[in-house]
Amino acid sequence: MSKLIKSGAFTTDTYVQVGDDAALPEGPVLVSLARFEKEREALLARNTPVGVLLQSDQSPEKLGDDVMRLSLVALDFPKFRDGRAFSWARMLRTRLGFTGEIRAVGDFLYDQISYQHRVGFDAWLVPDTFRLEEFTKALGEMTNVYQPSADGKKTIRELRAGR
Amino acid sequence: MYRYDEFDAQFVAERVKQFRGQVMRRLSGELTEDQFKPLRLMNGLYLQLHAYMLRVAVPYGTLSGKQMRMLAHIARKYDKGYGHFTTRQNIQYNWPKLVDVPDLLDDLASVEMHAIQTSGNCVRNVTADHFAGAAADEIEDPRPLAEIIRQWSSLHPEFVFLARKFKIAVGGDKTDRAALQWHDMAVEIVRNAQGRTGYKVIAGGGMGRIPYIAHVMKEFVEREDILAYLEAVLRVYNQDSRRDNIHKQRIKILINAIGPEEFRRRAEREFDEIKRTGSLQLPQEELARITAYFAPPEFETLPDEMPAGDKAFTNWVKTNVHPHRAPGYAIATITLKSIGAVPGDASADQMDAIADLMDRYSLSEIRVSHEQNLMLPHVRKKDLPAIHARLQALELATPNAGLITDIIACPGLDYCDLANARSIPIAQDIARKFADLDRQHDIGELKIKISGCINACGHHHAGHIGILGVDKKGVEFYQLQLGGSGAQDASIGDILGPAFGEHEIADAVERVVDVYLKERAPGERFLDTYRRIGMAQFKSAAYEKALA
Repeated sequence: MSKLIKSGAFTTDTYVQVGDDAALPEGPVLVSLARFEKEREALLARNTPVGVLLQSDQSPEKLGDDVMRLSLVALDFPKFRDGRAFSWARMLRTRLGFTGEIRAVGDFLYDQISYQHRVGFDAWLVPDTFRLEEFTKALGEMTNVYQPSADGKKTIRELRAGR
Repeated sequence: MYRYDEFDAQFVAERVKQFRGQVMRRLSGELTEDQFKPLRLMNGLYLQLHAYMLRVAVPYGTLSGKQMRMLAHIARKYDKGYGHFTTRQNIQYNWPKLVDVPDLLDDLASVEMHAIQTSGNCVRNVTADHFAGAAADEIEDPRPLAEIIRQWSSLHPEFVFLARKFKIAVGGDKTDRAALQWHDMAVEIVRNAQGRTGYKVIAGGGMGRIPYIAHVMKEFVEREDILAYLEAVLRVYNQDSRRDNIHKQRIKILINAIGPEEFRRRAEREFDEIKRTGSLQLPQEELARITAYFAPPEFETLPDEMPAGDKAFTNWVKTNVHPHRAPGYAIATITLKSIGAVPGDASADQMDAIADLMDRYSLSEIRVSHEQNLMLPHVRKKDLPAIHARLQALELATPNAGLITDIIACPGLDYCDLANARSIPIAQDIARKFADLDRQHDIGELKIKISGCINACGHHHAGHIGILGVDKKGVEFYQLQLGGSGAQDASIGDILGPAFGEHEIADAVERVVDVYLKERAPGERFLDTYRRIGMAQFKSAAYEKALA
């Protein structure tokens, strides 16, 4: 089992992940890109939040303008070494202007949470054994950063210049 | 030299603390070796044949005397009394204990050094021309930009889990001493037709199993846009590189699969977007602030004559002393290639003694080159005899810089977990065969580069003579390659033919060199003769005795 961290706290996951052939339940759903592309109009017409789960080789650009009508984009880490989703999250936040939830799912490590946070993730599906203190600790290990990213955090260069 | 401010110091201290936590979690069993591996690699820690190996960064190859003494201290305290300078401006320690590594990193941090990103699938330690700031012919010192790149790439959240390693180098002029064209990405400082200084960016070079020379990505990038462009290239690489075959995941494979034209188009799109957001623009004042750290020292007004000396001194001056931008000054190379020594190795005592020389004669500065040598960058010509005498006493005065015994070699099967064959004994055999100094000087510039496996850490593809160790049913064999170059005339060496046995390879090299001596036109280096006459004669000579 797993649980969801959002806005720095454990939160009930309101989305139901639905297989490509399963019937759609009531309420918010999370579907694959293939299903979204196939049933796009029906899904968007349901008047309930829709999320799409992208595999690590699927660019969010595949969602086109529809991305603005989604409430959640979940990015999968098939293996923690596969770092493509770091660029996908960044793209969602800066190029596509997506303001909904970006959720990390799959095989990622405690040690990657701060990087995920920086590039625009704001939700994490973690194992049941995961403690909230670990999450807070992960984000606090490095106080300052050298490069701008989607989190808008002030860089060391800006701090040096007193901005 | 660059000095850490409070932000840099805090960053490195917190990174050590973070890594200490990762080591503790590994020791307690919370992290599996599979999970720990990319984390330790991102901090330069390998698990080798016999022990852990720690690779410490010497960013853009510049060290102070204080730092050199710390490297000696670490060699004594955590290792067996020596260290190994590598082909990427790093120093490796072969015997630290895992539990000691965080303390070692604290010691390093106390002299503003670290092991951040010296390994792993991330942006590696940034390298630069080892003559930076001293070379007679440079447009501009490449180190300020290299330092800016070091900071920008340190724990870059988007690029710490790339498909493969990513190496960046910076050069300050047309003479390429940093093997720019062999890097994943490199920046050459250039001047455009209007006389404005900017940056030429190339990408897609690499050694390894499938060697490629880099393609030009952009002929001229404005100063303030450089980080935006580098980030654009990395972003395309991170998004589009293969992840299904470890041998096909470097940027060189992507660029050559989709074509440089298409790669440039994708990079340009990202570049435009990054520029629009403006967040990565490099303000003039920041460039000026960093550049100030590397301001040239106040050079004295000195006569430009070279002091006289005995034959040993004259020989040393001929190969190991290089022109300096200031009259009366010179750059002096200390080759870590004494005949029979392990290329790139230095003992703790030698490091301390070199630190004394740095303090006394070279404004407390030294450079580490990708050719595994050290350079005193700012010495007064009148001090050269005293420096030479001291180096002789330390057995570090071998006058062989750029000659046939100035061999690059990876650690090979003596240390490395990946190696198929030993490199060090082959380098030693060849050096002994050509030990005679008159003969070496007669042969002239000839770069031999030896790798113990296809990963090519010993740069064999770029050797005028390259040697690759291979394993055939548990026996070590050595393939010869001719005609490679890591300089501005970069080229990939051609494989000569079937491999030689470990006791045949030095003789085969000698027969190849004899062809050069017989065929060379006046003024030709080995590489020039090879390029003019082609492989045939070299090949028949190389195999003549081996087959008989």
